[in-house]
Amino acid sequence: MLEPSILFASVLNGLTSGAVYALVALGLTLIYGVLHIINFAHGALLMIALYGVYFLGAKLGIGPYAALPVMIPAMFALGYVLQRFVIGRASHGKDENILLVTLGLTLILENFALFAWRSDTRTIETPYTFSTVDIAGAMIATPKVFAFFGALAATAILLAFITRSDLGRAIRAVAKERQGAKLVGIDVEHVFAMSFGIGLACLGAAACFLLPAYYVNPQVGNGFVLIAFTIVVLGGMGSFAGALVGGFIIGVVESLGGLWLGESLGQIGIFVIFIAILLFRPKGIFGAGA
Amino acid sequence: MKKLYAILAVCGAVALVPAFVSSGFALNLVIMTLYATLLGQAWNILAGYGGQYSFGHAAFFGTGAYASAALQVHLGVNAWLCLPVAVACGAAVGALVGALSFRYGLRGSYFALVTLAFAEVLRILANSVGFTGGGVGLLVPLKSSALDFQFHGKAGFLYVILALTLAGFLLSWWLERSRYGAWLAAVRDNEESAAALGVNAFRVKLLAIVLSAALMAAGGAFYVQYFQYIDPHLAYGPSVSVEALLGPIVGGLGTVFGPLLGAAALRLLGELTRNLMGEAPGVSLVIYGAVLILMITFLPRGLGGMFVRRPPSAA
Repeated sequence: MLEPSILFASVLNGLTSGAVYALVALGLTLIYGVLHIINFAHGALLMIALYGVYFLGAKLGIGPYAALPVMIPAMFALGYVLQRFVIGRASHGKDENILLVTLGLTLILENFALFAWRSDTRTIETPYTFSTVDIAGAMIATPKVFAFFGALAATAILLAFITRSDLGRAIRAVAKERQGAKLVGIDVEHVFAMSFGIGLACLGAAACFLLPAYYVNPQVGNGFVLIAFTIVVLGGMGSFAGALVGGFIIGVVESLGGLWLGESLGQIGIFVIFIAILLFRPKGIFGAGA
Repeated sequence: MKKLYAILAVCGAVALVPAFVSSGFALNLVIMTLYATLLGQAWNILAGYGGQYSFGHAAFFGTGAYASAALQVHLGVNAWLCLPVAVACGAAVGALVGALSFRYGLRGSYFALVTLAFAEVLRILANSVGFTGGGVGLLVPLKSSALDFQFHGKAGFLYVILALTLAGFLLSWWLERSRYGAWLAAVRDNEESAAALGVNAFRVKLLAIVLSAALMAAGGAFYVQYFQYIDPHLAYGPSVSVEALLGPIVGGLGTVFGPLLGAAALRLLGELTRNLMGEAPGVSLVIYGAVLILMITFLPRGLGGMFVRRPPSAA
């Protein structure tokens, strides 16, 4: 049987991954909540952000945490342009179309990465890559500890922004009632694009926290896209609190599943949760309605 | 009836190809186009005629492929016998996925996501259990005899895939003129109204996914015979699901000839880019992705929609 100390370390490890997952899922849930579209390209865009962080480090010597002020605005701009000029135009008012367009975007991004940067898996070296922190007897890698607190801070900033700022109010107004928001003078198209941009900015931040303890290759987004969807569905589409809680749950499930079933089979736990939630409670834990 | 003659004419013309062409390259081109047509036809039944967009058709394809390959490798079953078994296994997985997702009313994006998740679960399982050979995959023993569903030249494979595609054509044709097809179209266009008129939407959709999965599994079984190899990524990976949906969308969703038109156009485009850009990895898929976005933005009714006049639908 497993010793409690191993179990404890595994749970802590899961929580640290969960924080980053939550950040990725927050972007997805924001985009869904406001635009009511499922951004299938979320994983591929995270992959692009990871490459961004990698190249900033490899070519310009900018550390992953110093890359934050570069990556966040860059991903935001990419998201704004994508929604305004590509996704928004293709929808023709049908959900399926958006899903297909974002699928097309995924194909383009992933295979462009494959073409331009080959399928090599790349990692970055930092002075703290191999150091660990002792938390009540469990050894946790230092980058994961940074990632945990960084993701929490980014989430707090995002929540404060959505609840306090004018743009945040406009975003919530559009999410609740598109027509009404338009009537009171909100530029809905602009708010859509801003929401998409902010959703991707979350990915920019997530990539900076992720890379020191992770790796990047053209397919890396695939793993994240279903994890992020699972979290979003688990927490309730459009719910921020749900994304946060869902992220931690999935992080721990993945970590414990890997402990008991091995690395590759352990992932099944996530998908089984995903299918079960979709089937039995599609509105999720915190969702108001499916 | 005109459409039926058109189907027979097209298939008859393709059947004559091996009589005039002997180059393996050209025959392979025809075979791969028909194979892509078959996958597209399978997806088109569920999405084009039924309005249910699946992102995980690989689940049925891979099940057919593994059923056929595993029976041959482990039990030495004749490959021709494996084909109906593979189709049945694929249909069974289709029935399971359909029963679960339609029973709980999953639609639109949710249905797309749950099918994707099923395909992923199967991929991980195929990677982990014994009889699929794990990540190494299964190699079908070489027999090179028509009695074992392996042919010396390519012509034999061409006739097999042509027969399967013909079945797909006839199925689509039947959907356009049968009572069941009308029910399916009614459910696609407005499920609530259809149900109010007495259509059992659950059963109608369930049959659609079973038919679609059966055709997809036949494609998987053919793949195994043609390439004699299968592994979890080839069987259950996302590229098969993408290949199945790309053709009908490019050619024209919910039409008899859409999958063929789309498959031929994409094959042409694929060969063209290969000639222009060489075998660089990823290039053809970048183009496919761009085509997908452009088609949905500018030609949502597909290439076929340019020739056929139809009143703009409300949906």
